[in-house]
Amino acid sequence: MAFFEGNEMTGGYGNGPDIINSCSVKVERGEIVSILGPNGAGKSTAMKAMLGLINLKSGIVKINGKDITKLSPQDRVKEGISFVPQTKNVFAGMTVEENLEMGAYLREDDYKKIITEIYELFPILRKKKNQLVGELSGGQRQQVALGRALMIKPTVLMLDEPTAGVSPIVMDELFDHILKVKKTNVAILMVEQNAKQALSISDRGYVLVTGENRYAGTGSELLNDPRVRSSFLGG
Amino acid sequence: MDFLNAIILLLNYIFVPALTYGSQLALGAIFVTLIYGILRFANFATGDMMSLGTMFAILFTWYFQSLGISLGVLPTALLAIPFAIILTIIYMLCVDKFVFKFYRVNKSPPVQLAMVSIGVMFVTQAVVRIVIGPGDRRFFDGKKFLIKASEFKEMTGLNEGLAIKSTQIITIFITLVLVSILFWFLNKTKTGKSMKAYSDNEDLALLSGIDPKRIVLITWIIAGILATIGGALYGLDKSFKPFTYFNNMLPIFAAAIVGGIGNPFGAFLGGYVIAFSEIFLTYAYKKFFMYILPESLEPDSLLQLLSTDYKFAVSFSILVIVLLYRPSGIFKGKVL
Repeated sequence: MAFFEGNEMTGGYGNGPDIINSCSVKVERGEIVSILGPNGAGKSTAMKAMLGLINLKSGIVKINGKDITKLSPQDRVKEGISFVPQTKNVFAGMTVEENLEMGAYLREDDYKKIITEIYELFPILRKKKNQLVGELSGGQRQQVALGRALMIKPTVLMLDEPTAGVSPIVMDELFDHILKVKKTNVAILMVEQNAKQALSISDRGYVLVTGENRYAGTGSELLNDPRVRSSFLGG
Repeated sequence: MDFLNAIILLLNYIFVPALTYGSQLALGAIFVTLIYGILRFANFATGDMMSLGTMFAILFTWYFQSLGISLGVLPTALLAIPFAIILTIIYMLCVDKFVFKFYRVNKSPPVQLAMVSIGVMFVTQAVVRIVIGPGDRRFFDGKKFLIKASEFKEMTGLNEGLAIKSTQIITIFITLVLVSILFWFLNKTKTGKSMKAYSDNEDLALLSGIDPKRIVLITWIIAGILATIGGALYGLDKSFKPFTYFNNMLPIFAAAIVGGIGNPFGAFLGGYVIAFSEIFLTYAYKKFFMYILPESLEPDSLLQLLSTDYKFAVSFSILVIVLLYRPSGIFKGKVL
């Protein structure tokens, strides 16, 4: 049994049709797992289901053996699951430091130490700590978003297309940061469009097609699988 | 000497009254901006919620007066305000629970909530009129003037007197203290920052574990404090008449929008911008020019740009001009 897993999840938005069909995703601590697939495959939906943003018709979500299927997203945050949305993932009108403080909202203890740790992970944020996040560059904003999510010291970090809309150089930089986060023994689950780059840093990957698991394997297995390559990696 | 007289004249008839009126508007404008920034709708019941708070303050003042309690030189109303605040907050929380909450939970569009707030406005207005009546009421007691015009003339030997009412000083002092505490709360405390965060990005605030129910509760508590104090100060300084409070909503909204809606500091300054423009444009400058111009050039007319009947037109014009040229308000920058 994996540390964080969604088993046979089926569901969609509201009363609409099912977008994911008995879809299963598993992540261990210290592992990066990517969910890949063509547009409309249900990648983000699968992630949102694990976060509790959509109601499942069937299936179970478990963290560390504990069933959290019925918990609200806020309660899942308390279980150590942190989420970085694809858009609007920072408080643009607040300073870098305030963003980090808000990430630590649920912490009762002194969070100053964790802020220092975040600054060590992302040194640029220390320099910009009193600047409004809305004035930062795209790559720096993504670091703020990651930093905010890390403030609760999560055991699971979920990233929804972290590299959407950033330049290739920033993308490499961002993947380096994600690798650094991985070393802190966090289970990382991400949805990615840039499949090749994502797989190159991932331990494992799932390829979803029409809401179902189609292929699964380690990063290099999927990269070298001709069926995966031809269907959506672009040859 | 004439020049000094002219300055005193302006201080007495423009500066001090505008500063007082501006403080009263500022409190209302911060109320509007806070509700807009956090609950995301324009609250048309603002004026009447202020009138409700003032009504409670008056009722408590009468009660204390009947018991023979007074604050000496200070108005008894100051003692009544804390109790009035509690009742106003309870009223607001009930309105929120039975009216606004339904639309918030259903994620209704802001314009629907604004329409609902007009309903709340009518009900609140009716409650006030049933309880205390529509008439004009003065509830000020204590020492009326800090400096009387005649005393000032004697002291300085000038022709013009500077009268400072105690309500003016009380208004400005309480406003500054209250606004300082509010800004400290919003910018320095964890709860205050979480309100900013909720206003900035609601979804991310929820994902960070910020409890929306708590934010809404605290917002109404602050709103109740601002409405009661702002309303009671206005009533002490001038008089309490429910219809006037309803009318005041226009300059209050103008102040909030001029300051950039959702920005409390902008709303605070916006209150003074509106108050000063209203009074600058409706003051009759004849006497002022009689002091500074030689006798041969003395003006015949009153030199009043606008009759005081048009003072609302001033705030309305400022509103239109700001919306045309600086739609996001004249004080850009941080929200909440």
